[in-house]
Amino acid sequence: MARYIGKEMSRVDGVAKVTGKAKYTAEFQMPNVAYGFVATSTIAKGTIRSIDTRDAEHAPGVVRVFTHLNAPKLGPNAKEDAPPRGNQPERDKSFRALQSDRIYFNQQPVALVIAETYEQARFASRLVKVDYTAEKHVTDTEAVRDQAKAPGQPPKPRGNPEQAMRAAPVKIEAEFRIPIEHHNPMEPHAAIAVWEGDKLTIFDKTQDVYGVRQHLTSRLGIPVESITVISPFVGGAFGSSLRPNYYPALTASVARELRRPVKLVYTRTHMFTGHGYRPHTIQKVALGAERSGKLTAMIHDAVHNTSSFEEFNDSTTGFTRQVYACPNLFAPTRVASTDLNTPTWMRAPGAVSGMFALECAMDELAYAAKIDPLELRLINYAEVDPESGRPWSSKALRECYRLGAEKFGWKNRKPEPRSMRDGRLLVGWGMATGVWGAFQRPASAKITFRSDGTANVQSATSDIGPGTYTVMTMIAAEYLGTTPEKVKFELGDTRFPRAPSQGGSQTTSSVGSAVHGAALAVTGKLLSLAKQQSGSPLSAAETGDVEMMDGRLRLKSDNSRSVPIAELMRRNNLNEITETFESRPSAERQKFATMAHGAQFVEVKVDPDVGNVRVTRAIEVTACGKIINPKASHSQEIGGVVWGIGMALQEATEIDHRYGRIMNPNLQHYHVPVNADIHEIETIFVEEDDKVVNPLGVKGMGELGMVGIPAAIANAVFHATGKRVRDLPITPDKLL
Amino acid sequence: MRPFRYLSSTDPSAAVQAVAQNQTARFLAGGTNILDLMKEDIERPTELVDITRLKLADIKTANGGVSIGALATNSATANHPFVRQNFPLLTQAIVAGASGQLRNMATNGGNLMQRTRCQYFYDIAMPCNKRDPGTGCGALQGINRIHAIFGHSDKCVATYPGDMANALYALDAVIRIRGADGQERTMPVLEFHRLPGDTPEKDNNLVHGELIIGIDIPKNNFASKSYYLKVRDRASYAFALVAVAVALEMNGSDIKQARIVLGSVAHKPWRSAEAEQAIVGKPATDDTFKAAAEAAMRGAKPLEHNAYKVELGKRSIVLALQRAMNGGAAA
Repeated sequence: MARYIGKEMSRVDGVAKVTGKAKYTAEFQMPNVAYGFVATSTIAKGTIRSIDTRDAEHAPGVVRVFTHLNAPKLGPNAKEDAPPRGNQPERDKSFRALQSDRIYFNQQPVALVIAETYEQARFASRLVKVDYTAEKHVTDTEAVRDQAKAPGQPPKPRGNPEQAMRAAPVKIEAEFRIPIEHHNPMEPHAAIAVWEGDKLTIFDKTQDVYGVRQHLTSRLGIPVESITVISPFVGGAFGSSLRPNYYPALTASVARELRRPVKLVYTRTHMFTGHGYRPHTIQKVALGAERSGKLTAMIHDAVHNTSSFEEFNDSTTGFTRQVYACPNLFAPTRVASTDLNTPTWMRAPGAVSGMFALECAMDELAYAAKIDPLELRLINYAEVDPESGRPWSSKALRECYRLGAEKFGWKNRKPEPRSMRDGRLLVGWGMATGVWGAFQRPASAKITFRSDGTANVQSATSDIGPGTYTVMTMIAAEYLGTTPEKVKFELGDTRFPRAPSQGGSQTTSSVGSAVHGAALAVTGKLLSLAKQQSGSPLSAAETGDVEMMDGRLRLKSDNSRSVPIAELMRRNNLNEITETFESRPSAERQKFATMAHGAQFVEVKVDPDVGNVRVTRAIEVTACGKIINPKASHSQEIGGVVWGIGMALQEATEIDHRYGRIMNPNLQHYHVPVNADIHEIETIFVEEDDKVVNPLGVKGMGELGMVGIPAAIANAVFHATGKRVRDLPITPDKLL
Repeated sequence: MRPFRYLSSTDPSAAVQAVAQNQTARFLAGGTNILDLMKEDIERPTELVDITRLKLADIKTANGGVSIGALATNSATANHPFVRQNFPLLTQAIVAGASGQLRNMATNGGNLMQRTRCQYFYDIAMPCNKRDPGTGCGALQGINRIHAIFGHSDKCVATYPGDMANALYALDAVIRIRGADGQERTMPVLEFHRLPGDTPEKDNNLVHGELIIGIDIPKNNFASKSYYLKVRDRASYAFALVAVAVALEMNGSDIKQARIVLGSVAHKPWRSAEAEQAIVGKPATDDTFKAAAEAAMRGAKPLEHNAYKVELGKRSIVLALQRAMNGGAAA
């Protein structure tokens, strides 16, 4: 019987966060630190003809002005930049600042001013004068849509979708558009680089300390052993700190040049071009079905933009292959080059975009076939993975649908659009399905268990907000038989054992499994010590037979047979036991398809006169394996719903294509939901008992919470108004 | 930001003179707008004269009207019992704007001085005649969904973004101003803001160095039938796509007096004399309201991306008038 796992626990770092004790990257203080401020380009494509830094250099407090003419060179060099061979990792083609006179995107760094204070650096940055030779740029995905290419292997159809589509008695076809969106975490990106000889310590806001270290090795030409990356707290990232951004290498290289610590902090505006974004995505979806609603053909063709120097692909249509049982399918994702920075993963990457199109199309099919939208999903329920034919390790989606519909009162829905009202407001009910993977990657954790029952646990993962500190503390306390107060979990440091990036909703499955494994290793070590004692009550026990509990190592089947741990350690002259464990995905997983699922039901109220949409009720039921900490998990899913509301109704990065420039790089013009936009949200978990996915039975949930929401809202808006808005966001002007 | 001189004054004439003597000096009150603009290098004063210690924050009642100090905060004004009782339109308009924190800092005088929220004005790399005269207007052929449909010129299509002023236009407010010579003068609020014409860099008709010291609202009979409607992209903390301030005085079932002011459609709050004329003397029916809406929008000249404001404006006027008749409640 678990003491902590599955029970609500407040964040172990909560008090530190609300009292300011938790330090975020830019808050670390270094003696003699100099401040950097990035000056950016005003054209989208071309070359720098000349750059005049004299005024900036003479401004008060300025230490140095770096441009492509004098900035330290960053690797890899031309030779290393050759195409990868064999199974070498893909070379790091992410944008490198101040390396040449080429301009690849607007608001690209063209100078870095270093000064004694931040304001001095910012002021001087505006004195840098740049002359450009501009070239014709393209920043509108619509304009290059026809030139889009599928990266990697050309996608293969399943069955014969074209033929099946022609033969289908019921069909729909529609096009959906999602604008570029930016992550906008609260904390701005920042780095502080400190050199001691040829050793670098860098504080960085990142979701992946090991990834940053690898990136810096290549950029700075120094071995990984010389680099320490520290990132104890991250004020939200949502994917914006997964791929290497240009600023850590830039900061580290100028700090080396200047022989003093340098701090660089993005402004909100820098964040719109200083990291990636959700790409502009155009999707064509055609669905064919029998009159019964059974899908016979699915064609889901997505195009999104990438940069001119990297082929980023968010796999928009990836999950389309696994959602519904359908024998004929074609679901390519193609990317088109634009003169913008490279997109990146943004919460529920690909999935929320792809499922917006697919789940709106399913709603359109439901109306075409005159079948209830929920019923249509059930008719096409995938009992096994339609892509591989493998059984699911677990899949409680049917229960999610049932429970959500019951809680929401779905059976009272009148199907005709504009048929439900609340006074003068139009009421709409919509639903959608959500999916995400149940990923796991290799991860390591180290536990130092002391004879007084306290433990130190370390793994170089990150906590960008989901509550990783807390959940790892709970897992360690559970399996060390101690209390959470006695466990200290540390993360975000390359001196700790390797963990994967915190992305893709795989931290608890990966790092949690490692912590679990390390705790079992401590248990095993104690058992081996106990068995060395003559007459030990555990002499016949095997590792799996025993557990640690409140200072005793005991037989699970007979708790009375036990030994006191402190005494056992003392007798062996041990103050502490340290075990490091690397967990890996099991071979068993290969026999199954592993995914997390959810069902979303939303109510909107639309003002028929002025077009305002309010999401008055959202019920989200998700099945993502075992829930370790319900409190933080609900918080995650509520956050997912809120972001889904933002994506559906508000978020859009606006580009003036004449200039190829983002025109709303700030939070007054780029809208995300505020409290007044958020009404009733209920999140429910249908727990799955899944022994296959990993020892803890957990699946991804952070991304999942947002996946179906934009589609459910768009479907509800159609139900309320009779208007299909297929271009996000659904702003009032589109509903007049 | 650029280095600047800071002066704090407790003496109105010293403060006014300090600004008057320096063409690049500016007053600093709540700072919720000018400091942001300085950080972005849009405003480039060499000197800030802090006036927050001047005694200009009183809210006084006289003859059924109210005299509001320029340094009274938006919050204090909106929450004032007499204002709420007699000029609920002003309270509604103020609380429709910004956030609680900003309204606690923002002063009424500063709010009248609030600059546009045009994206091109905010980006110093982009052309903007308002920010840098002679550089052109980026929004004219660009992203102009939030821009003007009335009174714009080929030099500028920006809007005045505030809410409070829309109500002041409907309430016939008068601005009290102190000049560099120490003399006070008054100006009807209707004459305060300007249309862009060829000089969009000038938002209003103050002479450099003049200080707003107060706002007077005369007694009126609109309190029971007024409404402030703000349509925006999210429920709070967003500038209006279209706002409407309406106030009605009835004579039996006929409309005796009307005020109809549109916000975020022009370089200044747009009081529609046409709409008011269309309904005065008429019964307060939906047909009358629709006639007012049509009249208000007759002269609209939408840009590429803001044609929706014409229809949205009409619907908003009708809705606001209906709600005004309903005592402010949703019909």
